[in-house]
Amino acid sequence: MTFLGDVLVLARKDLLLELRSRDTVPAMLLFVVSTLVVFHFALPSDASATAETGLLWVALLFTALLGLVRAFVAEREERILDGLVLAPCDRSAIWLGKVIGVMAFLVAAEVVALPAYALFFRPVGWELVAAVALADVGLAAVGTLLAAMAAAGRARELLLPLLFLPLVIPIVVGGVGASATDDPGRYLAFLGLYDAVFAILSWASFEYVVTE
Amino acid sequence: MNTSLRNNQNVVLAAAAGCLLLAGTALAFYWVPNAPIEGFRQRIFYFHVPIALTAYACFGWAAWKALRLLWTRERRYDLESYTAVHMGVIFGILTLVTGSIWARTSWGHWWVWGSRQLVLFLVLFLFYAAYFMLRYSVEPGPRRANMSAVYALFGVALIPISFLAIRLAEDLVHPVVFTHDVQSKLTGSQLLTFLVCLVGMLSLAGSLYVNELTGKRLDARLRELREALQ
Amino acid sequence: MSTAEKYVTAAYLVVLAVVLLYVVLYAFKLGRLEREVAELAELARRREAERKQAA
Repeated sequence: MTFLGDVLVLARKDLLLELRSRDTVPAMLLFVVSTLVVFHFALPSDASATAETGLLWVALLFTALLGLVRAFVAEREERILDGLVLAPCDRSAIWLGKVIGVMAFLVAAEVVALPAYALFFRPVGWELVAAVALADVGLAAVGTLLAAMAAAGRARELLLPLLFLPLVIPIVVGGVGASATDDPGRYLAFLGLYDAVFAILSWASFEYVVTE
Repeated sequence: MNTSLRNNQNVVLAAAAGCLLLAGTALAFYWVPNAPIEGFRQRIFYFHVPIALTAYACFGWAAWKALRLLWTRERRYDLESYTAVHMGVIFGILTLVTGSIWARTSWGHWWVWGSRQLVLFLVLFLFYAAYFMLRYSVEPGPRRANMSAVYALFGVALIPISFLAIRLAEDLVHPVVFTHDVQSKLTGSQLLTFLVCLVGMLSLAGSLYVNELTGKRLDARLRELREALQ
Repeated sequence: MSTAEKYVTAAYLVVLAVVLLYVVLYAFKLGRLEREVAELAELARRREAERKQAA
């Protein structure tokens, strides 16, 4: 099968699994809305735009973490990953398929999170949507690779946040900058740069992470 | 690499480090004149910046060894990369501590978010500390070696990107940007003192690296021996 | 000593302290390695003795 064919098959598998079991996306939706409500109580009434935007991005980060921890759980439980690795497909197809799946989950969560944010805090502009879209690529690319690493270890729910958070600090900067300053272009360009660099790195190194 | 060669390396590096750092400290305290703007407290610069540069060098070395591991699949590069990260974290912590002391004496606070260097090292410290978490939670073997190598490579990619992010964040959060009044050109005596300390720190890192590597290799060999005997 | 001098000296002393701490920790590690080697030597000797007995 072609590379793209493999990718689509793998992505489809993840999405179908999720549609059938419906455990990850509803949890992410509920989590992000609950977090936004918690943040309302954590912020003073005269909180600035930057503070509110910042907390939205924190909520998105942790929601992504929630989704990512689940990304390889099924694989581990059923050794699917080992089987996939033995299959004669390019290993990075596994990565790309997973990334598409993770992005789908993220977008599903954001379709609820952004309107909730607009309802609870302040209106959402096009810059925020663009920033979220770009950030999703970076979060999924880096997160999938790190989730595969963490899945091989023992305390994987503990390990993934530790690996993930330092790497995605630039995404938070780009995201908050794009939505809270007068010059979103610069921050969106930075998000694009982050995506390019880390997507390429993740693509190239996924093979090494899942094989001996 | 046989042990006698490594021992010689170690002795040379340790001796170099000892002499150079002793000389550098003496130069920094007694010989070099006071900096015009900052005054006496600028002398922290002669240790702080070489330590920071050494930390970067260690992380770069770790990434190079990681690349070699992924390229050749030779197991020894895993220990070498791991040791280099270890050294990088030690010097990273030293950078944060000396930088914090410098911040305290320059601006009155032990921590300033406005200092790009400090914030960058904090992010890097968190990143490479997680490296150890990764290693501890995965079974030893080629899989762990590969993952550690990939992570070390991500680290060096993170350095410039993080730096950019921190610069961009300044416009966002509007902290007062704290930079030390280091003149763009160092005078002759300042440059000499700085270079002596820099080479001294690099030698120190090298000596610690060789030591640590020997220890880790011994650990691995003893584990193999134990398994063979039981 | 002025406060500036105190802080500068503190910074240099911290570096020295960390390096010395490393040396101390390394000494402990060497002690552990020596103990392990002694243990394994004992194990090997016992194996050798058993082998001679069995032969």
